[in-house]
Amino acid sequence: MDWTRILSQVAGEIVAPTTAAYALAAIGLNIHFGLTGLLNMGQAGFMLLGAYGFAIATIAGWPLWAAVLVAVATAVVFALILGIPTLKLRGDYLAIVTIAAAEIVRLIGRSTSMTAITGGNAGLAGEQYKYTFENLSPFPDGNFALGPWSYSNNLSNSWWLRIVAWVLVGLACLLVWRLMNSPWGRVLKGVREDEAAVRSLGKNVFAYKMQSLVLGGVLGAVAGILFVLPRAVQADSLGRPVTFYIWTILLLGGAAAVFGPVLGSILLWTVLMLIKTVMRDVVPASVMRPEQIEMFGWVLVGIALMLLVIFRPQGILGDKKELAINDH
Amino acid sequence: MRRAATVDRSLLARRALLATLVTLGALLALLVPSGPAHAAVEVCVAGPTVGCINGTIRMAAGDPAVGISLEATGPDGEHTVTTGPDGRWSIAVVAAGSYAVTLDVATLPAGETLRDPSKNPRTITIALGSSGAALFPLGAPATGGSTTGPTDGSTAEPGTGSSSGTSSSSGSGITGGRIAQQFTSGIVFGLLLALASVGLSLIYGTTGLSNFAHGEQVTLGGILAYVGCQFLGMPLLLSGVIAVTLGAASGWLQDSFIWHKLRKRGLGTTQQMIVTIGFAMALQYTFQFFLGGSPLRIVTTNPKTVSIGDVIITQQSLISLAISAVALGGVAYFLVATRTGRATRAVSDNAALAAASGISVERIVRIVWTLGAGLAALGGVLLGLYFNATAWNMGATILLLMFAAVTLGGLGTAFGALVGSIVIGLVSEMSSLVIPSDLRYGGALLILILVLLFRPQGILGRAERVG
Repeated sequence: MDWTRILSQVAGEIVAPTTAAYALAAIGLNIHFGLTGLLNMGQAGFMLLGAYGFAIATIAGWPLWAAVLVAVATAVVFALILGIPTLKLRGDYLAIVTIAAAEIVRLIGRSTSMTAITGGNAGLAGEQYKYTFENLSPFPDGNFALGPWSYSNNLSNSWWLRIVAWVLVGLACLLVWRLMNSPWGRVLKGVREDEAAVRSLGKNVFAYKMQSLVLGGVLGAVAGILFVLPRAVQADSLGRPVTFYIWTILLLGGAAAVFGPVLGSILLWTVLMLIKTVMRDVVPASVMRPEQIEMFGWVLVGIALMLLVIFRPQGILGDKKELAINDH
Repeated sequence: MRRAATVDRSLLARRALLATLVTLGALLALLVPSGPAHAAVEVCVAGPTVGCINGTIRMAAGDPAVGISLEATGPDGEHTVTTGPDGRWSIAVVAAGSYAVTLDVATLPAGETLRDPSKNPRTITIALGSSGAALFPLGAPATGGSTTGPTDGSTAEPGTGSSSGTSSSSGSGITGGRIAQQFTSGIVFGLLLALASVGLSLIYGTTGLSNFAHGEQVTLGGILAYVGCQFLGMPLLLSGVIAVTLGAASGWLQDSFIWHKLRKRGLGTTQQMIVTIGFAMALQYTFQFFLGGSPLRIVTTNPKTVSIGDVIITQQSLISLAISAVALGGVAYFLVATRTGRATRAVSDNAALAAASGISVERIVRIVWTLGAGLAALGGVLLGLYFNATAWNMGATILLLMFAAVTLGGLGTAFGALVGSIVIGLVSEMSSLVIPSDLRYGGALLILILVLLFRPQGILGRAERVG
């Protein structure tokens, strides 16, 4: 077994932009679920909208900052559309509506009739919208290697993208940390623990829930941009499974903990990569074909989610007392 | 005064929502006209005896590539076609099976090449009544854009075509015949959906659990029938009966080994719901692990069709219709007229009160799980036949339609699930008259959201406070 190769692949997952994108999406979900107790099952829909908003605006010739603003605005509108009807209803209604709305976004995005705008089922190729971001890089062209990590400086799956992605994740963590200790964050936690009590203090619960939904959704949209920068925008790659991976990440790392989502994302993708690469070496192809090893990995993720929720719902870093998952 | 203010605000909120809905409607309306305007090349409409292969070819710069010739060879011979002014092409075939589609590279405009020359010819499996796309992207061979980490998340629809298969247009306009055809498909699809949804509704009613893994019970039925027919060579009837029996058994086992234990542990229903999500993921990838990601045809012969007036329907669909009517009638009889059925409704109404009157709630829940999973398996077998193929994610694809049906009818009421399913079936089939048919499930999901907004208790549910 070639441990150098295996470990360098695993190390690659630690810094991968995709890991950062998932962490950022999970931080958004943490604001929804960990802080406010909202069951958002459509985080992938926010990511997809952010990705489309960014890519389509860039293809239309808009500069980077405007394209990012479009992505953010799309997420805000989506959060308002979702929140107005459902935030007054019981939690599981929000879950069903968000999952349905995310699915509608995906169906519209992949529809053949939208080919002119979204590229339909084939999606939008990365070359069409990456350049504004890549042009902004301060680094010289070429490659750079650091230990097991060797990537292009600026192109596609680059150092530049990694640095920006993880800086954004860091800023989001800082934001959540400050929010949790602010008066506003304490009201959110109050909503999570006991809505009626917060209402009796004269707070507008609906407005607080809405602000939380918007903020978390915007983080989701930015995560969507990070997710598509090293690849293409393709509706089916941001479908329901992605939402479920984000939930697994959040519950693994620990809901309502600042670094929970980051730890969860790094842990999930490195362990998954470790299992898959080791199995590819150890298990002969006659027992399990390579694509079956891929499937096997996802089966393990599903089982891990089940076991986590049953035996350690607070995850690694979470505090059981802070968990909104218990029904009131 | 504060009260007045909140009323105002909720009014405002409603108005804002209406505005957004109008915008959404306008957006959908924008999508519609893409059909007839482009109908320069004869567009294939899939039906019970016709399958379609289609695609759109665009040059690297994004403009449609006109006049490119393609050839498809398969069970019913050779077809040639050239792309129209919008770059579209479509071939109608009358025999199901695998077709090799070859793009004639000589007809490409100067300077254009296939992005992936190794994917020419492409092989594509077409079932009657559905359409499949064969894509030939043009441009420089793909470079860069390397992906690390997880990219898997594909949720391609299995056998998306049922009766109307053109993926992009409502082409031939709305005629009485098409309305009747889509109405019939809607009723058939609705009844099959009802088989799948009744269990979801009963389980929610008796335990309060929104079971996201119920779609996998449906898939299980379809896949077991496929294994029985194709691997073990059993006749369809026998493998169907075995699939339903094993499906019911899986419900019984699941409740005894997972859900009963979790209820005893005192796990909240929200927590249990997330457990069902993990369970659904594990099951889906297990199916894919053993059977792969491609469509699985339970029977490979082409169904015989019957014409009733303008409506063409397969014999299979007629038999499915009869089977589901009988099965749903049986469920209704069970719930209304038998002692256990009445006990089931009592548990649904108020579990604590039912327990106090001497009903064994856990026994009823076990029966509900077994019955619900069995019906879902039956629904899966019949849906697998209706879609012409099953697949590892068939249940996941229709799971949200099932939730829409159950919510529309009234969460927890079995008869509501029936009514809701028929409405959802009709909406998703008939909406393809006016919106592109690959968006028809979207229409059904929009209904789900609207119901939750204006009548969260559903059609048959009792009004109660849900917020």
